[in-house]
Amino acid sequence: MILLVTGCALAVLPLLAILMHLLREGASSIDLNFFTQVQKPVGELGGGMAHAILGTAAQVGLAAGLGVPLGLACGIYLAEYGGRERLAGPVRFALELLASTPSILVGVFVYGVIVVPMKKFSLFSGALALMVILLPLVARTSEELLRLIPQHLREAGLALGLPRWKVILSVVLRSAWPGVWAAILLGIARIAGETAPLVLTSFGNPTFPRGLDQPSASLPLQIYTYAISPFDEWHRLAWAGALVLVFTVLALNAITRLTGGSNERRRAD
Amino acid sequence: MSADEQTKLQPRIELETIGLQAYFGETRAVHGVSLRMPRHRLTALIGPSGCGKSTFIRCLNRLHEEIPGARAEGQVLLEGEDIYRRGVDPVLIRRRIGMVFQRPNPFPTMSIYENVASGLLLAGVKDRRTLDPIVERSLKQAALWDEVKDQLKRTGTRLSGGQQQRLCIARALAVEPPVLLMDEPTSALDPISTARIEELLLELKKAVTVVMVTHNMQQAARISDQTAFFLLGDMVESGPTDAIFTNPKDQRTEQYITGRFG
Repeated sequence: MILLVTGCALAVLPLLAILMHLLREGASSIDLNFFTQVQKPVGELGGGMAHAILGTAAQVGLAAGLGVPLGLACGIYLAEYGGRERLAGPVRFALELLASTPSILVGVFVYGVIVVPMKKFSLFSGALALMVILLPLVARTSEELLRLIPQHLREAGLALGLPRWKVILSVVLRSAWPGVWAAILLGIARIAGETAPLVLTSFGNPTFPRGLDQPSASLPLQIYTYAISPFDEWHRLAWAGALVLVFTVLALNAITRLTGGSNERRRAD
Repeated sequence: MSADEQTKLQPRIELETIGLQAYFGETRAVHGVSLRMPRHRLTALIGPSGCGKSTFIRCLNRLHEEIPGARAEGQVLLEGEDIYRRGVDPVLIRRRIGMVFQRPNPFPTMSIYENVASGLLLAGVKDRRTLDPIVERSLKQAALWDEVKDQLKRTGTRLSGGQQQRLCIARALAVEPPVLLMDEPTSALDPISTARIEELLLELKKAVTVVMVTHNMQQAARISDQTAFFLLGDMVESGPTDAIFTNPKDQRTEQYITGRFG
């Protein structure tokens, strides 16, 4: 028992250490400038992360806008039609492989199919790389959650004379929604912190992206840029950026927990 | 015999199967069953577990084929029209043939009101002025109205098992199907809930044609007008319930209803 508790404490320790350290190093640098300014030329004081925050929001938003519907479509297909379709096995296997592909390889892949032909790094290619990471996460978890919905609920819907797609959307997906929603939020939290796939796609940009086909900054990449520089001023910004990123991801996780919880409560009343 | 008595003895046939066979992959679960189910009568299907009666009833609204690998052959006539004919949409057939299952299965994300109205709500009918009277009528028909009228917004899954089953009956009745299929509707319920549902069925069959699978022979004897006995995928015999229970033609029927097997 004591061993188990010690083990748990050891597991939680790194998280607490990271948070403490980030707060100590980064909190003092978070001010209005941090959220409104872009990267300043070397030597000038100040500067901020506004372009990186916007870049991350745009890329994650775009990736989620494409990846969530596609992932849900895959998950629904596998769970609801997978039993009788020959395509289901290979699709499931491909998603499994995709989910375990190192994220830098996803970046290399998108570099090859989008960046090289277009001859430029772009926000769009970064979003696409993030989407490729998000899609299998959403697809696999939604498939598993939809499978948990008992068969007799589907039959109840079909027996009422409802078309199959209606039963899937209004009965099956709706019953599984709290879990599916949590999976989507966790997936978004995961891609918000991805760095490797962006190095070769959206590349980074010291200022606001001027279009989907232009290079774009992102929080993780900008932290990297600031952190490997030799300037104290930039190190300060890297710490602050890391703090904001960690808290964004934590907040997404917390929202997942809270909204999931309220759904269960609503169902139980 | 007067003409009136004649029609009473030979009422209109609402639903009829001709040589109905049902398969799971290569396995044949129902071997060519022909049965007439008269209008506004309660037909009971009895037989030991695995005899094909549940599969048979699931063919009557084309639900059987929703299981991967399952299919049916033969004819099922609904008011003379073969529902297995090419080009017939099973979705439209199921609107005319309601079904209640063994386990109560209200939709867990919906309130009592939404559950009852679900067949209409999900088909796009949203107007409360249309839905309110239908919900009330259906719940009254299912003898549940008095118990739930003050809590229509509550989740259906919070009701007791017997109430949930009556909620499912109300849900099936809300779309006004002329035929109602029931697959062992009381086998998961206690005796009091069972008695309530039996009373309800006696009332319902005045307006609806009911086909019911039951494991409970007393139940078949109590409430059905016609009984069909299934064994190993065959229908051994069918006839007026009195005749089946007092004077069965087939020796196997007699052995089953006297409790010698099954």
